[in-house]
Amino acid sequence: MRIRVNGQTLEIEAPTLERLIEELGFSEQTVATAVNQEFVRSKDRGETLLVEDDTIEIVTPRQGG
Amino acid sequence: MSMPDDLVVYDARLSSRFLLGTARYPSPAILAEAIRAAGAEIVTVSLRREAGGSRAGESFWRLIRELGVRVLPNTAGCRTAKEAVATAQMARELFGTSWIKLEVIGEEDTLQPDVFGLVEAARILSDDGFCVFPYTTEDLVVAEKLLDAGCRVLMPWAAPIGSGRGINNLFGLRALRAHFPNTPLIVDAGLGAPSQAAAVMELGFDAALLNTAVARAGDPVAMARAFSLAIEAGRAAYLSGLMEPRDMAAPSTPVLGRAFDDGLEA
Repeated sequence: MRIRVNGQTLEIEAPTLERLIEELGFSEQTVATAVNQEFVRSKDRGETLLVEDDTIEIVTPRQGG
Repeated sequence: MSMPDDLVVYDARLSSRFLLGTARYPSPAILAEAIRAAGAEIVTVSLRREAGGSRAGESFWRLIRELGVRVLPNTAGCRTAKEAVATAQMARELFGTSWIKLEVIGEEDTLQPDVFGLVEAARILSDDGFCVFPYTTEDLVVAEKLLDAGCRVLMPWAAPIGSGRGINNLFGLRALRAHFPNTPLIVDAGLGAPSQAAAVMELGFDAALLNTAVARAGDPVAMARAFSLAIEAGRAAYLSGLMEPRDMAAPSTPVLGRAFDDGLEA
């Protein structure tokens, strides 16, 4: 399935957002997520099914003004 | 003994009126020193995309937590209310705070807020339990609508973000202060020099938030201290009651009793 993650197009196997995060190596980090511009709580990632053309954001804390 | 001059914003009582951004410093160590030198109790933070396996975000967050300051996450760079709302919700989960510095940017050259999207997002987030700190212009009507939307503080710009121009619209800022005497007003953006920060505090603004002027200074730690002193001085001056300017000179030394003054014209 082809989706976009943080602005990049990826071919992935993961059926859920939680599996995607594991697949991409984020599972030990504190991240927040959104799918198609809608926030997805960390506890809901396991039940969030991914479909073709989904747009995913995975973010972490960063410096800001 | 004088009463403490604390600033109350939402659920926080603050003794420092200097809010500091955490971006663009030469190193994490200098950032930490600058925050200490500023005496800031609130620092702004953000959230960004990160590549899997990178730990940049994590080390930054550890540094901030060790400093024991309160964080104010921002929605910097968001162009629509929808983006800003989703970003705020992600920030609440990441940083564990319902405080959000709400930015909805409407124009590239000035980074001027899109005040229509701002009001829309402020209402959604306030209804969702957020404590919204809206980055706005000095527009009185927009300010009123932000308060109607649930905001309990306003953050008007002095000048465009990162411009260091100081007060662009003196009349507008004075009018805003006069129109909302009981709303905490934090000047955010455009302050480039400590004298400019002192100037906004002398106008009666409650606090100042800045980033670039400290982070990009030759010595950010010393500049943080300089701004801290200026903000404190401006606040003390405001509370003391500034004299009204006048057009002509008024002698400060008493005229009566001057030597050689026999009342005759020369």
